[in-house]
Amino acid sequence: MKTNNIAFAFFCALVTAIMAFPLLGLKMVSEGTGMIIQGATASTWIYIASACMMVFLVQLFKTSLNSGVEQFKVQLSRLPTPSLPADQHVRLEKWALILIIGLALAWPFMTSRSSIDLATLVLIYVMLGLGLNIVVGLAGLLDLGYVAFYAVGAYSYALLNNYYGLSFWICLPIAGLLAATFGFLLGFPVLRLRGDYLAIVTLGFGEIIRIFLNNLTTLTGGPNGIPGIPKPTLPMIQTDPEFALISLDFSRSSREEGVVPFHTFFGLDYNPETKVVFLYLLALAMCLAIIFVIRRLIRMPVGRAWEALREDEIACRSLGLNRTAIKLSAFTLGASFAGFAGCFFAARQSFISPESFTFIESAIILAIVVLGGMGSQLGVILAAIVMIVLPELAREFQEYRMLMFGLLIVLIMIWRPQGLLPMQRPHLAIKEAEHA
Amino acid sequence: MLESLLYFIQQLINGLTLGSAYALIAIGYTMVYGIIGMINFAHGEIYMIGTYVAFLAITAMGMLGIEYLPVVFLFALLSSILVSSAFGWSLERIAYRPLRGSNRLIPLISAIGMSIFLQNYVRLGQGSRDVALPSVLTGGWTFGPDDGFQASLSYMQLLIFIVTFISMSLLTSFISRSRTGRACRAVAQDMKMANLLGIDTNRIISLTFVIGAALAAVAGVLLGMQYGVANPFIGFIAGLKAFTAAVLGGIGSIPGAMLGALILGIAESMTAAYFSSEYKDVVSFGLLVLILLFRPTGLLGKPEVEKI
Amino acid sequence: MLEVRDLGMRFGGLQAVDGVSLDVNEGEIVSIIGPNGAGKTTVFNCISGFYTPTGGSVKFKGDFVHTFPDYRISRLGMVRTFQHVRLFSRMTAIENLLVAQHRHANTNLFAGLFATPSYRRKEQLALDRASYWLKKVDLLNHANREAGTLSYGQQRRLEIARCMVTEPSILMLDEPAAGLNPRETRDLDELITAIKHSYNVSVLLIEHDIGLVMGISDRIYVVNQGRPLASGSPEEIRQNPAVIKAYLGEG
Repeated sequence: MKTNNIAFAFFCALVTAIMAFPLLGLKMVSEGTGMIIQGATASTWIYIASACMMVFLVQLFKTSLNSGVEQFKVQLSRLPTPSLPADQHVRLEKWALILIIGLALAWPFMTSRSSIDLATLVLIYVMLGLGLNIVVGLAGLLDLGYVAFYAVGAYSYALLNNYYGLSFWICLPIAGLLAATFGFLLGFPVLRLRGDYLAIVTLGFGEIIRIFLNNLTTLTGGPNGIPGIPKPTLPMIQTDPEFALISLDFSRSSREEGVVPFHTFFGLDYNPETKVVFLYLLALAMCLAIIFVIRRLIRMPVGRAWEALREDEIACRSLGLNRTAIKLSAFTLGASFAGFAGCFFAARQSFISPESFTFIESAIILAIVVLGGMGSQLGVILAAIVMIVLPELAREFQEYRMLMFGLLIVLIMIWRPQGLLPMQRPHLAIKEAEHA
Repeated sequence: MLESLLYFIQQLINGLTLGSAYALIAIGYTMVYGIIGMINFAHGEIYMIGTYVAFLAITAMGMLGIEYLPVVFLFALLSSILVSSAFGWSLERIAYRPLRGSNRLIPLISAIGMSIFLQNYVRLGQGSRDVALPSVLTGGWTFGPDDGFQASLSYMQLLIFIVTFISMSLLTSFISRSRTGRACRAVAQDMKMANLLGIDTNRIISLTFVIGAALAAVAGVLLGMQYGVANPFIGFIAGLKAFTAAVLGGIGSIPGAMLGALILGIAESMTAAYFSSEYKDVVSFGLLVLILLFRPTGLLGKPEVEKI
Repeated sequence: MLEVRDLGMRFGGLQAVDGVSLDVNEGEIVSIIGPNGAGKTTVFNCISGFYTPTGGSVKFKGDFVHTFPDYRISRLGMVRTFQHVRLFSRMTAIENLLVAQHRHANTNLFAGLFATPSYRRKEQLALDRASYWLKKVDLLNHANREAGTLSYGQQRRLEIARCMVTEPSILMLDEPAAGLNPRETRDLDELITAIKHSYNVSVLLIEHDIGLVMGISDRIYVVNQGRPLASGSPEEIRQNPAVIKAYLGEG
């Protein structure tokens, strides 16, 4: 047995070397008219060698290490599974949510401009995560092309504004509606597909949409995108000189009809930060609305039907549930939230292009849902914060961001597939009833 | 008249060439799906790695002053196969084996993570920009009038056909005639039973991944030499197309993967030539959607009955 | 109420069911028995619409339903359980019963979002009905437990409760006693009899436990290798030589 172990450990180290040597140790560079191979720096060789050594040692002492890892895994999966009774835990979650919301409201008045900006980005991903959570977390449909609905929302605003001058507030519901329509159209063909096929087909749709956006240049601006998208304004009722509905925008001055700069209206000095704060609060308001709606939906027949579909589709059928309608409702509603998020995104960025809507975006949103815990709203919020804020904190590791991201997904699946904050069941009060 | 016929033939040749290479990648998908029922989302990256190693190998040969084509080619082939197989083997052990038995979506998500990891691993090592390889094998036959359109079959394309054909033949005879090949088929049909019969299913599964990786590496070498350019993200699209081919032909069926790939290659080539090259990917995805809608078991697949 | 005539189901080269006919009238308990692999579950699947039979007909409450999809037949008042319990494992017991009442619920989005009185009334009604049946199967204390954490016997009872909450006309049970100990089997016996008497629901069941079958059935059909072998009252079946031969060594 001992020799077997050593041989296998050596084999693993060898495989590691094979995987590392050519791709990390060598690199092609151009010299003159041709290409030559350049060896890596000494430190890279050392890393490679130590990696092989580590693999060798780990494999050699695998059995003793394994029991240690098992212990760790058991502890990890035991984490916040509470010993509290179910109803108390649900109340705890409610208070946690209230606390987070309070913090979120106070945030812009406590921190710097760039932090507010970052928080706005987090909120966008929270919106997207919550929307995808309906499709993946609640209904159990793995949608890998979610970014397509995000794109529809963004381009709706951009194009409607570009061609027809429609304002943000008018475009917001339209964006949601258009995205929902796309969700409906996409939902139809994928209805009968099995889980993994559904994933690939949705991925294909996402790519198809991106290709169309990239190539229908006269309509969508192609790879150059659409610039000059106006930021949202704050509707306000003006009482003097006359009663009118005006819009407050957040620039220094404004020459448009019916638009008054915010600072002028309130008699304040112009402060460029108010724009950022306004955007943040707007995103927060959208998030809160979405959280409220989804929280209700989960406790409604529609939400229960989604979860039932995820748990056991055949049982659903045997109870008379129409899985077509259930899947479509999940897709459509989930898509509409992405549409809202997309509209806001376009407004915030002022410029959109197909580059923002690649598969990687879908993967990030999926990772947020999975990391948070399928179905869990609080989990999605936490995961979005982790996924967006952490890379910012570790700026020096920017290069390794995507690498770590991929690794993180694998590790979560292996070690804690239920996510950081697994969804808690709602607790229902039972009255003893006398008759059916 | 002759000209449009020659043009058509050219697209056919191009399509078949492309399709053959896709077939090599598609087989990896279909074998893994047939044996453990999962989509190896990271398989495209294995192909991409094969291309990169081939580039490195050929450049190395160039540096050493070795120009004799068979030697260069063979060296590129062997080193690509070696490295890709190492990745295929590790991939299965690290990211999939621990998840065997859980519901289908979890290994798929893990595979997505691995795909992103591998793309960026190569990006860190080799840079995100395109790397170019000077042509190794040039020239070919042309036919057509001297003053009009001339269809051509390049030596490189011929090489692709030959190597693909040899690989397929080796694989087919391995699967149908060797003892291990029989074991592979047994495990694909009924894993529990195969286990009970004493077949080491873990070893067979590893072998399946390695074979798939090796074939993807061959595709990487061939297409890399054909196109002369690579970047860390070519695996994504190539993988999706190869998967489409596998589904088109009937997932789980090796001849299906070959057939599906050829059809896909021709469809793509024709679209690029007669319609628009920007939308050729849309055709591939469109085909995928249509097939899954109307005949999810594929052309050569058997209809599955839902066990209730 | 349920008329099955000459039912056939073919999978490729295999004729799994061949020429099975049966009737279930109102307020009856009818059992299907037969050696393992006899195609009994396939018969169930054909009747309930999960498979489309390749031959024969199924008439339920006067309509020919053999071409209907499963959920449509279910809505007509036919519900079934499965050989391997199919609960919504990560949902609580009471949620399982609420989902089953989907058809009676107010599915209007806006009514639900703003919790209108009519919505709340319907929800309360569903909750009451769910509580009632949980109590009936003695699971009220576990109402807020995840269904997957219940014991096997409890899960089986929950599955039946979930069916009853839909107010069906006919309840189809696929091997309800499988894996139950004798005490649990007796409880099941009482439950099924109560269902027939107190709620006037017909029961069609597949079972291996001959004791249970003989005790509660009004009529029995015997199926062997997909083909009908015999039918009649428990007494007749008990003495039928062909049945005894088919079961040689069993039961």
